Amino acid sequence: MARSVTTRRKTLNTLFAWAVGLLIFFPILWTILTSFKTEAQAISDPPVFLFFDWTLENYAAVQERSNYMRFLWNSVIIAGGSTLLGLIIAIPAAWSMAFVPSRHTKDILLWMLSTKMLPAVGVLYPIYLIFIRMGLLDTKTGLVVVLMLINLPIIVWMLYTYFKEIPGEILEAARMDGATLKEEILYVLTPMAIPGIASTLLLNVILAWNEAFWTLNLTAAKAAPLTAFIASYSSPEGLFYAKLSAASTMAIAPILILGWFSQKQLVSGLTFGAVK
Amino acid sequence: MSLLNAFRAATALTVLVSTSAFAETLTIATVNNGDMIRMQGFTEDFTAKTGHEVEWVTLEENVLRQRVTTDISAKGGQFDIMTIGMYETPIWAKNEWLVPLDDLGDEYDAGDILPAMAGGLSYEGTLYAAPFYGESSMIMYRTDLMEAAGMEMPDAPTWDFVAEAARAMTNKDKEIYGICLRGKAGWGENMAFLTATGNAFGARWFDEDWKPQFDSEAWANTLNFYIELLNDAGPPGASNNGFNENLSLFQQGKCGMWIDATVAASFVTNPDDSTVADKVGFALAPDTGLGRRSNWLWAWALAIPAGTQKEDAAKEFVKWATSKEYIELVAAKDGWANVPPGARKSLYENENYKEVPFAKMTLESILSADPTNPTIDPVPYVGVQFAAIPEFAGIATQVGQEFSAALAGQQTAEEALAKAQALTADEMEAAGY
Repeated sequence: MARSVTTRRKTLNTLFAWAVGLLIFFPILWTILTSFKTEAQAISDPPVFLFFDWTLENYAAVQERSNYMRFLWNSVIIAGGSTLLGLIIAIPAAWSMAFVPSRHTKDILLWMLSTKMLPAVGVLYPIYLIFIRMGLLDTKTGLVVVLMLINLPIIVWMLYTYFKEIPGEILEAARMDGATLKEEILYVLTPMAIPGIASTLLLNVILAWNEAFWTLNLTAAKAAPLTAFIASYSSPEGLFYAKLSAASTMAIAPILILGWFSQKQLVSGLTFGAVK
Repeated sequence: MSLLNAFRAATALTVLVSTSAFAETLTIATVNNGDMIRMQGFTEDFTAKTGHEVEWVTLEENVLRQRVTTDISAKGGQFDIMTIGMYETPIWAKNEWLVPLDDLGDEYDAGDILPAMAGGLSYEGTLYAAPFYGESSMIMYRTDLMEAAGMEMPDAPTWDFVAEAARAMTNKDKEIYGICLRGKAGWGENMAFLTATGNAFGARWFDEDWKPQFDSEAWANTLNFYIELLNDAGPPGASNNGFNENLSLFQQGKCGMWIDATVAASFVTNPDDSTVADKVGFALAPDTGLGRRSNWLWAWALAIPAGTQKEDAAKEFVKWATSKEYIELVAAKDGWANVPPGARKSLYENENYKEVPFAKMTLESILSADPTNPTIDPVPYVGVQFAAIPEFAGIATQVGQEFSAALAGQQTAEEALAKAQALTADEMEAAGY
């Protein structure tokens, strides 16, 4: 009897989890489906779900009009570059806060997070003017630096949380064995924190990939990533939803695939230390 | 002979060097609409003629507006040509942010530009943006539903006729609504429509001393008429509808009439997208007999930011894209129905273009709008559906939210007007008017 209740509960839980998952994923699924419809089918009422004449005409139109590979390459460099640069700065910072805390460590952590509380548009002009002076407008270098700075508080916070879970005694033992600071971080701490670093890396790649304020405002023709690619298909005067959906699907496909294959690392990293 | 060869080689070298020395790469910011996308497809023709390459930055209209405003006000120099509208042109020209376009040459024939367009894109008599295409607003209506209602649409109807027809065409059980109008809040959304409609009712944004006029009887008449009409004969959730939502409803046969941009005519008559393509008629935007119609006037135009290093090449592009020859180029490849409309007089004298079904009504709508004298009483601003001052976009968006809330039934028209009056007065005082 007890066994059947457990099974039923498991089934219910599974169904509930699937329902919630589908609900969350539905907008993306609908975008993907719409990308294979004609413009007329895309706005039809009642909407058509699966039974329509699937077409690739939107993808052909997008491919003909835009240089997708250039936008993709820019996204890869900007998202990847900003995340790696952020990790290089954040790992030593998180190490010092986790293992050599001072009286002000908590204040510094909070202060770092406070930079996320300012609306981005509030600093648009200062940053724009700095970029003009430094010749960084419409460059991948400029965006790598800006996105790194924006995501740095999150990277430091995530790594700090993971590092706090690692017993300090292990690092002490490494020091007793004569490890230098660099060796301690590189060969002892980092390998132990790999799940945490991996999930931090993945989450920040996703955040940088989807960042749409700075990537739209600081680029023109050369460094524009996939967010600008999507924006070029949105139109307030014209129903081009199928083409917009095709462009959106092409823009999210790489990050969706990356997320799919690394979901194990993402979940294990995000739940790291959740159960003590 | 060897001398001749040497001469030929020197000439070839000179041509090569001079071409490469003057060949530029222009960066052009533009909006994502059909005519602009079509222009991108013809870029090769420009490059073949001039040697200049073009890089396009295509963005959604609101994103583009923010992007180019940031760049030009900070003197970022990211764009050699910007696509801007009638609202920005006089403001930016006054700030000396734009290169004057009064020297495009005789062959360009600037006198051929429709006076309403040239007027809206000029500052103190000098053209600062060349119109690529122009639009007004007009009535698009279902001829079959109008006939079934036993009524006949005149070419120039009144608002009373439109309201009567809308109520007669409405059959809510069959999801057919007599009239679809903009209700979504925004200075370019419901406020474009309501400001233009207000003109027909004698309403104005400001008097000659820049005092807001929302406490006038004309505004009360405008807003009450609009809300009552949409409540009786509009689709549900009208306060969320903008151009695209109404286009979708009309194409699916759910609107008896739709008053919106003339550019919509080509969409609703396209049988690939519209289920009512063969049942659409056109009429001028309505009036109330006071001497002004409810149509607006807009142009997407090409402007060159002051300080660009490529001014000469940029002017060559502007000349090419807004010339008579470009119109002929598009007509030859994509047909006369797809040429950019509303910019040049000569287009409407062209016999081929006269056969396009919505050409006549588009021209008459454009000609009947006067940006310098938009409503019955005199006003201190330029613009038919806006006032070309920098503060307008922010104020009108807030006013639009109040009017949209009134349409949604969250407050009365009187309450919305009182709030509009108060917030406009505050903002204008803060701005030093």
